Amino acid sequence: MPKSGARPARLRLLRTTAFKLAAVYLAVFAVFAAFLIFYIAKNTTQLITAQVAEAVDEEVKDLARHFDVGGIGRLARVIDRRSRQPGASLYVVVTPAGDILVGNVAAVPPEVLESQSSALRPIPYSRLDEEGEAGEHVALARVFAMPGGFRLLVGRDIGERQHFVAVIRQALFLTVGLMVVLGLASWIFVSRRVLKRIDSISATSRQIMSGDLSGRLEVTGTADEFDRLAVSLNAMLARIEALMAGLKQVSDNIAHDLKTPLTRMRSRVEQALARAEDVEQCKDTLAATLEDADQLIRTFDALLMIARTEAGSSGLAFAKTDAAAIVADMVELYEPVAEEAGVTLAAEPQEGPVAFIGNRELVSQAIANLVDNAIKHASEVEEPRVTISLCRVEGALEVAVSDNGPGIPEADRARVVERFVRLDESRSRPGFGLGLSLVAAVAKLHEGHLRLEDAAPGLRAVLVLPEQEEPENEPDAAQGKTDAAAALA
Amino acid sequence: MRILVIEDDQETAAYLVKALKEAGHIADLARDGEAGFAMASSESYDVLVVDRMLPKRDGLSVISELRGNGDRTPVLILSALGQVDDRVKGLRSGGDDYLAKPYAFSELLARIEVLARRNTPAEADTRYRVGDLELDRLSRHVSRDGETIFLQPREFRLLEYLMKNAGTVVTRTMLLENVWDYHFDPQTNVIDVHISRLRGKIDKNFDRQLLHTVRGAGYVIRDDA
Repeated sequence: MPKSGARPARLRLLRTTAFKLAAVYLAVFAVFAAFLIFYIAKNTTQLITAQVAEAVDEEVKDLARHFDVGGIGRLARVIDRRSRQPGASLYVVVTPAGDILVGNVAAVPPEVLESQSSALRPIPYSRLDEEGEAGEHVALARVFAMPGGFRLLVGRDIGERQHFVAVIRQALFLTVGLMVVLGLASWIFVSRRVLKRIDSISATSRQIMSGDLSGRLEVTGTADEFDRLAVSLNAMLARIEALMAGLKQVSDNIAHDLKTPLTRMRSRVEQALARAEDVEQCKDTLAATLEDADQLIRTFDALLMIARTEAGSSGLAFAKTDAAAIVADMVELYEPVAEEAGVTLAAEPQEGPVAFIGNRELVSQAIANLVDNAIKHASEVEEPRVTISLCRVEGALEVAVSDNGPGIPEADRARVVERFVRLDESRSRPGFGLGLSLVAAVAKLHEGHLRLEDAAPGLRAVLVLPEQEEPENEPDAAQGKTDAAAALA
Repeated sequence: MRILVIEDDQETAAYLVKALKEAGHIADLARDGEAGFAMASSESYDVLVVDRMLPKRDGLSVISELRGNGDRTPVLILSALGQVDDRVKGLRSGGDDYLAKPYAFSELLARIEVLARRNTPAEADTRYRVGDLELDRLSRHVSRDGETIFLQPREFRLLEYLMKNAGTVVTRTMLLENVWDYHFDPQTNVIDVHISRLRGKIDKNFDRQLLHTVRGAGYVIRDDA
């Protein structure tokens, strides 16, 4: 792994989004910096040129005045005086013959002085400095023709401007260079950091994939996008873990609750094989075995039904249904069972239908399960009774089934809704411990819930069904009662 | 009875055919939708048992086309485990009954036998008679040996359904479906208690029992004499 990982690691750094982003930003900023610097340089040069031109013009005007007043002699004196001042302009006066009459310039290319144009232009010249040495310089100068064939050159050294341009150019190179260095550094920093976080996420996911569902992504507390991602993923993992735990518990329960009747069946058949002597005995054993098998099938059916309901299968039709009719039907269906158990079963009378939107089959099965439970538990006490009532509370239909049996201790109320949970540890009473799970699943499918309360004495189970939008033109729903009923197999 | 089973799952099909034969029926098997359609259209069967998911051709389309061709043979649809149970779709395409897997064979057999009676003239009878027990569907009058028996409306419907299928076993789920119009599995013996009440009214004071319990299957009303 380390050997094969070394080379791709370097390549990987180049393949990162951070690298691409850094490269793009670097290019953009380099272009921007270059533009900015060129812009500044160009403008500054122009400004300097304008200033030089203005100064030269002023000087020429002044010198022209001196010439007008005192002729070439005065001009020469003035120039001679000005030339000695520090930071002086460049002055050259040439005679009509072409000789330099006066000036502070060692040499000027002759073609410059012969030019007829009086425009400002850069000219190379040699300056007379203190040591009398001539140095090559560049100046912006203008040449004027004066009366009497004299020619006057006035200029200003632009070494400063040149210097300025050089400084700017240097600044440009420095800036771009620094930008590249900083860009590379930040890219390495960012990609290292990002890669590290992503690598940690990948590592954790691999760990989770390999079966350790308890693993969680690291949250650094910086509240950046990686933290937010990690928090979301952790929440997802927690949900998955909870679901898996639920699944495991259910499968453990299934294993237990299904194994018991299977074992019983097996030993019964085994005994019959070994001992049964006549046909009658064999038939009895077979009949009992058949009943056990039916019971198992029913347990499976109930489990499948809960699973299907919890999954909210799209095949389940919702339609306008009359809750009062369902309650009446359930009372009618369970009345003989209740009577046999000595339980008084009654529904609080309703005035007319109580309409709600839902699945008739599932809701009636849920109510049937509640009634069934209530009858079983109420039958343990004196004068047992079970009452079903319907009422609307805050936009929800509440179906309450109350009994005056022993009730459920508050601590156990949440637990009894789970699959296969039976408070009767000895499991002496019939049932699979799936009834309330199905009721809860049906409630959830209708976006409602199952509430277990103390009926003092006894248990009050309330199926809360929030009011729903009526399904629009659904052919199945429009068919009404029978089809809604038929939607569930 | 001649029964055509259209089912692709080898094990289920073999088991079904064997069990149907043991129950005294003639059972033919088709392994896919095409073959099933060909057999159903060329031969005459009393009942078709059709799986919804079939290779080559979907079970529902087989039924629709048979119905389109004027074939009125009763059809029992089997739906696979885990499939979205769309009973409505199945019944709308022309199926007569619908059974979801896993099912008990006794349930399947009872439903097949009840389906086979659909096309018999007895279906249209307004009076049913089993031994000395008589039921008039129009006047809603029940009597045994000339003596009037008073039944609650639901008891009447229960007896009516049993007598309509006299001699045929009906299961608890079939009773709940046809008498109460609910399609769920009541976890306790609610139907049994209703039956024993009914029995108390029609059989109690008579020597000959007409309403029998068939262990592991359901109930049947029949005059054994």
